[in-house]
Amino acid sequence: MNEIVQFENVGLRYGAGGETLSDLSFTLYPGSFYFLTGASGAGKTSLLKLLYLAQRPSRGLVRLFGEDAVTMSRERLPGFRRRIGVVFQDFRLVPHLSAFDNIALPLRVAGVKEKDLATPVAEMLDWVGLGDRADARPATLSGGEQQRVAIARAVIGRPEILVADEPTGNVDPEMAIRLLQLFEALNTLGTTIVVATHDIHLLSKVPGAQMMKLEKGTLSDPTGSLRNPPLPRDRAQ
Amino acid sequence: MLNLFVIPGHDRRLIPEGRLSGPMPWVIAIMIFLTVLAAAMGLAFAEAGRDVSNQLSSRATVQIIEADATIKAQQTNDVAARLRGMALVEEVRVLPAQEIEDLIAPWLGQTEGAQNGSTTDGMFEDIPLPALIDLKLVRPAGEKELKVLRAAIAPLSDKSRVEPSSGLIAPVIALVRSLQWIAFGLVALLAMATAAAVIIASRAALNTHNETIGVIHLLGGTDRQISRLFQRRIALDALLGGILGMICGTIIILLLGSQLADLGSGLTQSFGLSWYSWLIIVAIPILGMILAMVTARMTVMGALKKIL
Repeated sequence: MNEIVQFENVGLRYGAGGETLSDLSFTLYPGSFYFLTGASGAGKTSLLKLLYLAQRPSRGLVRLFGEDAVTMSRERLPGFRRRIGVVFQDFRLVPHLSAFDNIALPLRVAGVKEKDLATPVAEMLDWVGLGDRADARPATLSGGEQQRVAIARAVIGRPEILVADEPTGNVDPEMAIRLLQLFEALNTLGTTIVVATHDIHLLSKVPGAQMMKLEKGTLSDPTGSLRNPPLPRDRAQ
Repeated sequence: MLNLFVIPGHDRRLIPEGRLSGPMPWVIAIMIFLTVLAAAMGLAFAEAGRDVSNQLSSRATVQIIEADATIKAQQTNDVAARLRGMALVEEVRVLPAQEIEDLIAPWLGQTEGAQNGSTTDGMFEDIPLPALIDLKLVRPAGEKELKVLRAAIAPLSDKSRVEPSSGLIAPVIALVRSLQWIAFGLVALLAMATAAAVIIASRAALNTHNETIGVIHLLGGTDRQISRLFQRRIALDALLGGILGMICGTIIILLLGSQLADLGSGLTQSFGLSWYSWLIIVAIPILGMILAMVTARMTVMGALKKIL
């Protein structure tokens, strides 16, 4: 199985402080589902930043889609970022754009024509239960609604990797399960999913998902998936 | 450049635009207004200098310096006749004594008796004024031409002098040229000030929309895509402000032009703007817009390069 993400002895340091992440070595495989858990301050968000190319590591090797992401030129980064969907912990919706325009943003950035994006964006709005809030600005949406818009924006471009930072943190349990089902649906289509969460109970909701645990910037591998490729999820179930 | 203005509406909404609501169009309007005035001044001086030079470049003046009026008259006639026979000379005009006196009168003042009339009341009778012959040559009066003229008239009048007319007004032309370059220097300074204003405005806009830019970046937006949004916004601000500034500047130029025309004398007659000068003035807002756009692009691209 070809790896989609490969970390070797990766360390991350902000400024002159100590390392936030130390000696991370793991491999993520296409079509797999990973939960990243750990206490607050363990470095989950920092690890995700390395995954969605918002940060370069201070040391070590990061390979994404088979290419070295550490020495990759800035000009090539946008092309790689378009292959990665991100749900930010703080949503990062564009405040002056409607829910529809926020969700359509990745498609527009990628140059999708207007006539080709209305249907998928409307479908995605329906899927996250916001079909009647297409014109609403983020400020008029509740926290949970904003989170659903952020998730819809992350998945609309059918990314090869979906990175989600606490994506169910602000939604009710029913919506959390629906969102996980959306992630699973994407996963069965081949998208690699990495979900950072405090809630280890979510793990049981996604059969075959692997867990990566961060403790003080170092990674443990409770399911052993980081050393050996996980079974395809249909067989794991 | 045209595709700058055909950015789809949804892309334009990424960076909210408010026409004439911010200070930028007004700053640009003031800059373009001053640039139009400075450019008009520079162009007018350039044209005046060129006009006067062209008028005088093929002209020369012969002075017959002789105290004895009879000899002076004889020599003047002989020299004029000799000059009329030369192929180099196109036109010869002996200045009447009255005209010479009128030329000098402002420097000498008028006698009490002359104040009520046009005569100088015989005050020049005791002053040995030279006779003057105005020449128009078939080509510019260079050193070679002057040498030929001097050689031709020397046997007829040993006290004659031949001077190029341009030499008489050379200090004035030098002054006009200096003023012209000062005006163009002001244009350059104003262009730099405009660029500086655009840099400040671009950086402020980048700071204001920092969050949105970050999101677009992380969704795979390129630096070019982001900078186009700012370029368009600043180009439109610059164009609107530029047109406003040019209209105000043009009104001032036309008013000054009519006042100069009313003076109706001397060098002021040479001041004016030709059609191609007007073309340059009309192009100033467009040039300002291009300058603003390029500056905004360089500023935004430079700032984005500092972000991963």
